Amino acid sequence: MSEIYTPFAAAFTLIERLDSDLMEIVALSLGVSLTAVILSAVVGLPLGAALALFRFPGRRAVIVVLNSLMGLPPVVVGLTVYLLLSRSGPLGAMGLLFTPTAMIVAQWLLITPIIAALTLQVVEDLWAEYGEQLRSLGSGPLRAVPTLLWDGRYSLLTTLLAGFGRASAEVGAVMIVGGNIAHATRVMTTSIALETSKGDLALAMGLGVVLITLSISINATAYLFREFTRPNYA
Amino acid sequence: MVGAGTDPAGGDRAVPAAAGHGFVWPREWWPRERWARERWARAALILCLHLLAAAPLEAGERFLTLASTTSTENSGLFAHILPLFEADTGIAVRVVARGTGQALRLARNGDADVVLVHDRESELAFQREGWGVERREVMYNDFVLLGPSADAAGIRGKPIAQALRLIFNAGARFVSRADESGTHKAEIRLWRAAGLQTPVGSEWYLETGSGMGATLNIASAMNAYALADRATWLAFQNKGQLDILVQGDPVLINPYGIMLVNPQRHPHVKAEEGRALIAWLTSARGRKAIAQFKVAGQQLFHPYEP
Repeated sequence: MSEIYTPFAAAFTLIERLDSDLMEIVALSLGVSLTAVILSAVVGLPLGAALALFRFPGRRAVIVVLNSLMGLPPVVVGLTVYLLLSRSGPLGAMGLLFTPTAMIVAQWLLITPIIAALTLQVVEDLWAEYGEQLRSLGSGPLRAVPTLLWDGRYSLLTTLLAGFGRASAEVGAVMIVGGNIAHATRVMTTSIALETSKGDLALAMGLGVVLITLSISINATAYLFREFTRPNYA
Repeated sequence: MVGAGTDPAGGDRAVPAAAGHGFVWPREWWPRERWARERWARAALILCLHLLAAAPLEAGERFLTLASTTSTENSGLFAHILPLFEADTGIAVRVVARGTGQALRLARNGDADVVLVHDRESELAFQREGWGVERREVMYNDFVLLGPSADAAGIRGKPIAQALRLIFNAGARFVSRADESGTHKAEIRLWRAAGLQTPVGSEWYLETGSGMGATLNIASAMNAYALADRATWLAFQNKGQLDILVQGDPVLINPYGIMLVNPQRHPHVKAEEGRALIAWLTSARGRKAIAQFKVAGQQLFHPYEP
């Protein structure tokens, strides 16, 4: 059998066995990335909407910086969080290094700019469309923030999925601040890196197949949710 | 997305909530009855908050953090011996596997309680500078020089110094860790012992800056020569055309030492747990566990007898 087929066999074996180590890794991956997405949404959605609706000096500079931060290298984020959380760093006393919390913080830093920048785009477009209408109803930018965020919820769901994709796929940051510790901070991506370094390419790709499958299921769920809850005016 | 004008009939998207009637945003945005109805949303939120808070809470479990090298982790040694240690003492060991240089850096920053590495020179320096205490030699294995079985430089079975000179003169492709790891430092010493400059900058000398596994993957793909520790090599599964060409020279011995991070420098260090690990690894029981670890029927680490 060709090398490229063995990963699928490996993935099926992993899933079929319901390998308890694998389940633990999958649960931690999902838990960490979903938490990071929710926390990023709490900050990123209002931030993006505010940037779209308020005019202030330096706004363009802030937008350029925000857009650039979408491409933050995970390793740099990981290193920054490491230096903050290290026992020799300013937040060392909290003892958070090599915990899931540290991984959530790193992913949160990584995806908040993505969610904020994409929200900015969505809300800006909505404001262009409905701004006048809202203003005529006496709604200033502040009151328009929740209205437009709610109105753009279907587009913003895609924004959150983009953030989730970035969070669950990155390896550089969680490797540094999590340490890839078995049964404590090992997630899908760091175990793929580990198996690759052991030269077990089939198992590494098998884990990759599992990760992609998970990602597809989450996106499919979100898509169905969107389809069924979207108001129907037919 | 927002398709103004794409659907003149009004689109399939709701007109902003505020447009039809008076603006009462909190109710429109997330009505209370809906919040009550959507229990799953609350459940998910609570789960996430729980996870966020879980890390500090689980500190109740007794554990220590061990900074160690990729060879001990990747070969499966820790997976074999650490459960035995935990069964004996109730202390879980969390292993962060990095190169020796990085592991010592973590320990110096106070991010590990115990450090188990394989570069005697930097271990002694670490101890001299007061960062590590109570150093013990635990075990050894050996380095092997790997290369393509075709062996263009003709080094098979030669002494290590001569083999390196042959590679150097032939300009045969050599892959180096170049990451301040124990293996990298051993490699630099071996070039020096062969009377050669480390060939940094030569076209045939590739510095990967990566771990042992990543470096072996590159060597395997390029059919290049490389220095590796025997444990990682035996457990490695992507050997390709590579083969052990030089081994058994006494200068290839690779000793592992363990140290407690100085609790006087870093008061949070788990000294009691750390001392328990050091004592256990060097005890008769620990030595037996190390000696019993085998890959493909071969013993990978040899404990030092006291």
